[in-house]
Amino acid sequence: MHPAPSIIAFSTFSGLGLGLLFWLGIDPTAPTGWVAFAFFAIAYALAVGGLISSTFHLGRPERAIKAFTQWQTSWLSREAWCAVAALVTMGIYAFLLVFFDTQVSILGWIGAAFALATVYTTSMIYAQLKTVPRWNTALTSALFLSLSIAGGALLSGRVTIGLVLLLVAGGLQALWWKTGDTRFKESGTDLKTATGLGNIGEVRAFEPPHTGTNYLLNEMVYTVGRRHAQKLRMIALVLMLVVPVFLLLLPYPHIFGLLALISHIAGVLVSRWLFFAEAEHVVGLYYGMR
Amino acid sequence: MTQLPEKTERKMGLVIDLDTCVGCHACVVSCKGWNTENYGAPLSDQNPYGADPSGTFLNRVHSYEVQPESGPAQLIHFPKSCLHCEDAPCVTVCPTGASYKRTEDGIVLVNEKDCIGCGLCAWACPYGARELDKAEGVMKKCTLCVDRIYNENLPEEDRVPACVRTCPSNARHFGDLGDPDSAVSQLVAERGGMDLMPEQGTKPVNKYLPPRPKDRLNEEIDILAPLLAPVVEEPKGFLGWLDKTLEKL
Repeated sequence: MHPAPSIIAFSTFSGLGLGLLFWLGIDPTAPTGWVAFAFFAIAYALAVGGLISSTFHLGRPERAIKAFTQWQTSWLSREAWCAVAALVTMGIYAFLLVFFDTQVSILGWIGAAFALATVYTTSMIYAQLKTVPRWNTALTSALFLSLSIAGGALLSGRVTIGLVLLLVAGGLQALWWKTGDTRFKESGTDLKTATGLGNIGEVRAFEPPHTGTNYLLNEMVYTVGRRHAQKLRMIALVLMLVVPVFLLLLPYPHIFGLLALISHIAGVLVSRWLFFAEAEHVVGLYYGMR
Repeated sequence: MTQLPEKTERKMGLVIDLDTCVGCHACVVSCKGWNTENYGAPLSDQNPYGADPSGTFLNRVHSYEVQPESGPAQLIHFPKSCLHCEDAPCVTVCPTGASYKRTEDGIVLVNEKDCIGCGLCAWACPYGARELDKAEGVMKKCTLCVDRIYNENLPEEDRVPACVRTCPSNARHFGDLGDPDSAVSQLVAERGGMDLMPEQGTKPVNKYLPPRPKDRLNEEIDILAPLLAPVVEEPKGFLGWLDKTLEKL
């Protein structure tokens, strides 16, 4: 799948921002006043910035509002609703904390639930697709949620729980890669079922429909990055897990915590790039590719 | 609405005969010709006369080589357009309701005024039947020539999809696959029409007729061979002498 920068940025940064909102929502002693303002400003900048960047890949962004209509069947539509619900609920919660020093915990809990629901709906946009076997697993949702909560913990300065969650997210990431490598084969879809010609003999793509490229190949048969996938996986894991864990174990949590966060974000960006670049869509079979 | 109808009154679709398709791409051209100037936005081309041409097509013809266990390889031309699936995954993922499946005839269409061009339906389709038009920013797909098949301004023989009308080898057939007595349904039953990627669970309406078994040239010769005198004989005279001499060198 084509790794569109707008989608990578959207899912990484909005995931982080929503993770931070989750922690702010369930915090029994949430910050108030200017400290709260700073935290919520960061969370909203990340979450809203990510959501806005996601509209850049639309062919017709001016009609984006219509995406709210089909929540009964579409995960993308559900994501839009959950995101608005999370941002509005947490907005009221934040307003009361910043300007009235008042914590309405129930609002925080509802907002936190919507924040996680948003990340879940985002993950389901990918996990629902049978056509991309690497994504088509509940592990995709687990990975997105764990990365969001772990990143949020780092952002909100929660060192101990952050360490634990980083290890969980790292483990899920490794498991997702490991099981993902065989999932295309396990899906049972190959050129034989794609053409229905398998009972005659071995099928080989002889000639494509056209000499040039097309939308399908650009969008769904992106093969450029796969050559270095193994190296990039190691780089992603080191940046998102190993370096932050090491830095968090050092004293001076403010400086090293910031560095841990930057390293973690860089790692998640690499991992999210691979999430798309490594994913093979079954349509590639028709073109003799994957 | 992106909820799929539980049942459609008819299941209009295509039956594509892989035995008779000659791979001439006439259906590709007629499809593009009709659909670029009728239903919805035109099918744009990018850099059509330049070094790197590309464009939007609703129908494309692949060619596959199939190697049986014995005998020569077979070349099979393989036209592919939207299969108007009963469980169309492209419809349910649409966030705006632009994609829908019609209750009356089962045709899957895009209401281009509602399409935001997110591309998720193209991701959800295993067959590559949907292409985002670069110039318009909206999703294009086969309409089964919905503006031809019910068009009373056209002569009756033209009220079929452009690809079917133009096919010179009669490899494409159009009709109601929900009616077991229709010509297309009988064709499917007779020839063992098949689904593409049945494991994807899309329940395609369009069916593909597998190539008929090829004649075996070898077997026919084997039957007659004992009755025939050998055609090739050892050369005699001057040629025989030349053959032997050259062999010795």
